[in-house]
Amino acid sequence: MKLDAKTPSGPLDQKWSRFLLEMKLVSPANKRKLDVIVVGAGLAGASASASLGELGYNVKCFCFHDSPRRAHSISAQGGINAAKNYANDGDSVYRLFYDTIKGGDFRSREANVYRLAEVSSNIIDQCVAQGVPFAREYGGLLANRSFGGAQVSRTFYARGQTGQQLLIGAYQALARQIDQGTVEMHPRTEMLDLVVIDGRAAGIVVRNLVTGEITSHSADAVVLATGGYGNVFYLSTNARGCNATAIFRAYKKGAAFANPCFTQIHPTCIPVSGDQQSKLTLMSESLRNDGRIWVPRKKGDSRAATDIPEDERDYYLERKYPSFGNLAPRDISSRAAKEVCDEGRGVGPTGKGVYLDFADSINRLGADVVKERYGNLFEMYERITGEDAYKTPMRIYPASHYTMGGLWVDYLLMSNVPGLFVIGEANYSDHGANRLGASALMQGLADGYFVLPNTIGHYLAETKPQKIQSSHPEFKNAEDATASRIHGILQTNGTRSPYSFHRQLGKLVWEKCGMARSESTLKEALELIPKLRAEFDRDLRVPGTASEFNQTLEHALRVEEYFELAELMCRDALMRAESCGAHFREEFQTPDGEAFRDDENFSYVAAWEYQGRSKPPALHKEQLEYEEVEMTQRSYK
Amino acid sequence: MNLTLKIWRQQNSKAQGEFVEYKVTDVSEDISFLEMLDVLNEDLIERGEDPVAFDSDCREGICGACSIVVNGIPHGHQSGTTVCQLHMRHFDDSQKIVVEPFRAKPFPIIKDLVIDRSAMDRVIQAGGFISVGTNQFAEANAIPVPKDVAESAMDAASCIGCGACVAVCKNASAMLFVAAKVSHLNLLPQGKPEKDRRVTNMIRTMDAEGFGNCTNIGACETACPKGVSLDFIAQMNRDYAKAIIKGQLLNASQTAAQETK
Ligand SMILES: Cc1cc2nc3c(=O)[nH]c(=O)nc-3n(C[C@H](O)[C@H](O)[C@H](O)COP(=O)(O)OP(=O)(O)OC[C@H]3O[C@@H](n4cnc5c(N)ncnc54)[C@H](O)[C@@H]3O)c2cc1C
Ligand code: FES
Repeated sequence: MKLDAKTPSGPLDQKWSRFLLEMKLVSPANKRKLDVIVVGAGLAGASASASLGELGYNVKCFCFHDSPRRAHSISAQGGINAAKNYANDGDSVYRLFYDTIKGGDFRSREANVYRLAEVSSNIIDQCVAQGVPFAREYGGLLANRSFGGAQVSRTFYARGQTGQQLLIGAYQALARQIDQGTVEMHPRTEMLDLVVIDGRAAGIVVRNLVTGEITSHSADAVVLATGGYGNVFYLSTNARGCNATAIFRAYKKGAAFANPCFTQIHPTCIPVSGDQQSKLTLMSESLRNDGRIWVPRKKGDSRAATDIPEDERDYYLERKYPSFGNLAPRDISSRAAKEVCDEGRGVGPTGKGVYLDFADSINRLGADVVKERYGNLFEMYERITGEDAYKTPMRIYPASHYTMGGLWVDYLLMSNVPGLFVIGEANYSDHGANRLGASALMQGLADGYFVLPNTIGHYLAETKPQKIQSSHPEFKNAEDATASRIHGILQTNGTRSPYSFHRQLGKLVWEKCGMARSESTLKEALELIPKLRAEFDRDLRVPGTASEFNQTLEHALRVEEYFELAELMCRDALMRAESCGAHFREEFQTPDGEAFRDDENFSYVAAWEYQGRSKPPALHKEQLEYEEVEMTQRSYK
Repeated sequence: MNLTLKIWRQQNSKAQGEFVEYKVTDVSEDISFLEMLDVLNEDLIERGEDPVAFDSDCREGICGACSIVVNGIPHGHQSGTTVCQLHMRHFDDSQKIVVEPFRAKPFPIIKDLVIDRSAMDRVIQAGGFISVGTNQFAEANAIPVPKDVAESAMDAASCIGCGACVAVCKNASAMLFVAAKVSHLNLLPQGKPEKDRRVTNMIRTMDAEGFGNCTNIGACETACPKGVSLDFIAQMNRDYAKAIIKGQLLNASQTAAQETK
């Protein structure tokens, strides 16, 4: 397998404009003859489908939701970054680029990240033109807030519902194209396989979730915008439906999977309450602007938070990272929370929690201002926990939230399988080993509105269309294979639901390959996962049939992919004998407990190639060359 | 907690449905209503019975997927709360709970508690957008928007498209849903140029999809988990009336112009 990043030559700040200048174009008459499949209608998929439809391609867009408006992107709360420098605090494209590279602990590709920072401003312009109701100041201009890992205020927001408003903007642009007939929308349809013919992506196999019918769709290019795989942990802040099926099937058809072990654990989530819980809820990172994080100094202190005097509290982030304080990046904040809880200083019924306290802000700003800024989050907190955070501090704990890893892509956002593009959280591209807050929305929309519509055109112009129909035997083969997988699942007739397997697997991955990993936990996991998988194959029970609306079957098909994905994550984490960003190997830490990165041996992207179920995957390396920035030890002190 | 549930079971859109009674035991009061249904379903699956189908995704009250009527009320009795955020601590132990899908003619039942709300998407496709394409923009701060206007637009834009307003209305009217979108876009300077077209096309499509008329009862506002205000309906009615009058004037002047030719 050859990994060619296809980064344009020239100085960093001219690469993208040079690409745009030199790229090949498809004429309007030819665009009408080209079919593009987009799987996913979240921020990345909806923005890409709408933009491609506007350009004149024949677009088919698929999502498993009943409407594209419900994609997981809708639940993003805090905001979206852009280097507008409206706050006049010294922000610039370069600074956003640098913060992102550094935040990612020097494990992402310079040229991609620079382009992301470059187009960030356009995203805000685009969204405002679409009517996204961003927060504004009294003068009528756009408002900003700060987010973790940055010392400037560059985050745009729409109350605590930024993802909702951005997605609705993209959904509306998509709706307009559906109305104009340039995009054919297929909701409640799940992609179950990728079809590759003569080494190129030729189409997909899908299941209609209402009727169970399995059909094929061919195209000149396939775009996966199917989101992240954080639900491999079972409990996560992701929506219930988020899954890895599309990218993992593509992996099995030859697309390289990059950095699977880079999974982000978000520091501010509502702690786990019990076994019957189905998901965890994020409390937006924006709360760290005005909330202070602390635990009692004393172990096992069982007094109510408000009874603990100031000098018996440990504001550990402010103490350890004075210049970033409560806004230290996610990986660092999460690990610090784990550390104090492991010491026995955690709070709440399970001891797995720390306080996020607004008392000072309420005193300083008044409860009204705090309510205006975070009212909906406080309400959500109360609904879930039954506690009033205006009176007593919130309790929070880290949880699985985002996956930096994903399918490997080049500068054009194309995987190593020609014609297969991957955008949004589904690819591995821009966030290295750790993503900064408010940068996922930025990346999803950058990919969908501004990057992919150009790069896919370049590919299509350069490539002679194959014009393969979905009647090609390869499609029939893939349909048959899918049907027989489904048949196998329905025939198993064991005793356990897919949920119970998912829960067990998730717990295992969380414990062995979660916030901290070590050689021994990873080796253990690599032994336990195949055993659990064997039990799944033997003891699964899925009632109902294949030819009806069957949610248990949908879930079983998703869980089936998680076993091998979990194995791949552990394998990758074991291979990466260093700590960087969110990947913390206990054996590799500095004397003061920070991640100990090994640039000499590991400054590469690990791209894994599937070799069949009986053989371990092969590792390929894309060496990361830093021309512009100097790789330094990350410090937020 | 131990509960008795009376749940609407319907195999598919064509089948006859019926209520079936189930018991769920040992439910933690810290879980949500949907998690309580998960507990029931896991039990059903392990017994080899067909679990209860229901839609959900975010389980945070923002995606609008969940669509269940609890004891006669869409999303249940806690105001301003979707059913995925309704927690069991608000129910009594041993309580009997009736569980049904959102019911309205434009929302056919797919299975059990799952309904087809694609009619709402089609209303949006008729005009619930601003006609700008990718890259067709001015600098974001070029058009200042007064804070109160932006806030009002945001209030309207908070709609999650769940359809509770339709389900609760005895006429199955979608006025609150449509008004929320029309107001969100018509309030903003960016949305003004196609204000008239938007409101007329969306209302026409709403009628064609079989949503009923609004008779000003206001149940929709009470049922809305996001507190979208009835005022937006009044606002849309004004926009609609203006658009109709302008349309008539335009027609009249065109006819006059033709006659003089
Ligand atoms: C609670 C929460 C809060 C967040 N807040 C922020 C924030 O404030 N700022 C920020 O920048 N980021 C935030 N993020 C991260 C961000 O929301 C996501 O990374 C981003 O929205 C992902 O967008 P996407 O388009 O790649 O994928 P998604 O929005 O997940 O969309 C995936 C799409 O693919 C479809 N799909 C998936 N699999 C299939 C299949 N097999 N077949 C057919 N269709 C399929 C789905 O139906 C959906 O339409 C947050 C994440 C969470 C969990
Ligand atoms: S599941 Fe998303 S709003 Fe209820």
